[in-house]
Amino acid sequence: MDTIRQIRFVWKPLVFALSLVPFLLVLGDLFLITGDLGANPVENIQDRFGNWGLRFILIALAVTPLRQLTGWNWIQRFRRMLGLFAFFYVLMHFLVWMFLDQDLTWSAVAEDIVARPFITIGFAALLILTAMAATSTTGMRRRMGRSWQKLHNWVYVAAILGVWHYWWQVKLDASDPAIYATILAVLLGYRLWSRLRLSRRREVHASS
Amino acid sequence: MLIRRPIDIRPSEITDKDFYLNRRKFLRAAALAGGALAAGEAFPAVVPARPRAKLEGVLPSEFSTEEKQNSYEDITTYNNFYEFGIRKEDTYRNAEEFQPRPWTVEVSGEAEVTGRFEFEDFIKPYTLEERIYRLRCVEAWSMVIPWVGIPLADIVQRYRPLSSAKYVVFETLYDPEQMPGQRGRSLRWPYVEGLRMDEAMNPLYILAVGLYGEVLPNQNGAPLRLVVPWKYGFKSIKSIVKMHFSEKMPRTSWAVAAPHEYGFYANVNPDVDHPRWSQARERRIGSEQGGGFRSLFAADKQPTVMFNGYGEHVAHLYKGMDLRKYF
Repeated sequence: MDTIRQIRFVWKPLVFALSLVPFLLVLGDLFLITGDLGANPVENIQDRFGNWGLRFILIALAVTPLRQLTGWNWIQRFRRMLGLFAFFYVLMHFLVWMFLDQDLTWSAVAEDIVARPFITIGFAALLILTAMAATSTTGMRRRMGRSWQKLHNWVYVAAILGVWHYWWQVKLDASDPAIYATILAVLLGYRLWSRLRLSRRREVHASS
Repeated sequence: MLIRRPIDIRPSEITDKDFYLNRRKFLRAAALAGGALAAGEAFPAVVPARPRAKLEGVLPSEFSTEEKQNSYEDITTYNNFYEFGIRKEDTYRNAEEFQPRPWTVEVSGEAEVTGRFEFEDFIKPYTLEERIYRLRCVEAWSMVIPWVGIPLADIVQRYRPLSSAKYVVFETLYDPEQMPGQRGRSLRWPYVEGLRMDEAMNPLYILAVGLYGEVLPNQNGAPLRLVVPWKYGFKSIKSIVKMHFSEKMPRTSWAVAAPHEYGFYANVNPDVDHPRWSQARERRIGSEQGGGFRSLFAADKQPTVMFNGYGEHVAHLYKGMDLRKYF
């Protein structure tokens, strides 16, 4: 089997299955197979989906730096799937909040989105990811041309809003969101650094 | 005070009041008769050191609610006790090794009687009562918990506070060896809480030493904790080593950590939101037993009631106060 086929038929399904494990564990706990959801089940799954949403955003953002630093060009093929998993978990986090935490009380949902800044920014991040997921097909990418990349650059905003959303809702000790913030800072810092380096090289070329 | 509409009143609350009170009196008399025979005197409160030991001579109380109680598991695994960690799932595990004996309580400040007392002597002069109370956490969840404890007013009176004593201040044990959360920088240690003197004399207040008729578990504040049913949970300070009568309002731990979010009074109030979330509704923990799929859909949030439903006993304490300002 050549590499492309191997990625398509072995590695992609494997990564897909692995990415689904957090979801399956929630289901397992829900049906009391792998454990249970504790005294506050709604909070438990809402937090878990939210955490995994953030983790997948960071994992997807790590693909490009890792590819550039290692030369493993094949990992680029996993980026879309990882990004879609980020969207999936963030969406589940939102749906659990809307259906189970707020019991679909529209007035409360609307009030929270408008009046509670940490929910406002979380919702904004969800909207960005939704637009990205909706335009993630190869066909859409081709049709949108240059604007596709413009739209998908918003992932940086979504990532910052997501970590901020987490940071803002903790009661006191921000050491967990601080870990996410640090990783995000490294991932964004790398991009800034490589862009600066690139433009400096161009300057050198232009002047010589 | 919030006037409750008929729809907010639970069927259990519609029991004819005379019948209800008579039943309570009967229970109390029966317990008194039975206990007196066994102890031969007026039930000195005794709390064994052994975990989950049964408490003897516990009287029922007319202040108890008839609402469905939370399971022992809910109450002992879903705890905020930052001395043992920030995460609720860490708390009970980190508290497992904690040794609530030997234990002393220091009484100090503006009172005629002060000093250091062994825990056993501190509680002995009183009779234990079961108080089944609603607990409303500032995080917008609630439980119904059968505490066993001693009315705080009885304890306070025994030390004869002076007229200069305006506040009762409590402190939690500071022992980072045993309390891993105190090695971190989440709150300023030791944890401090306090009440106005007239609040402290309210009969609803108890110092709890037990849960479900047994010795209080470590994660719930062994061996001695405050229970304040009409205030947010963080007022109910745990593992108390110090009771201080003060002229000045104490700087309580959460009010120091985030002054715009947590106040000294912390009365349960659906009309005053936490700056970051609504306090209008609450999730009753474990409405559906055993977790599982149905538990997700069974538990709709319920409206939060002013003073957590204890307004008839406590609303007068805050007459004329702007509860938006004194949150």
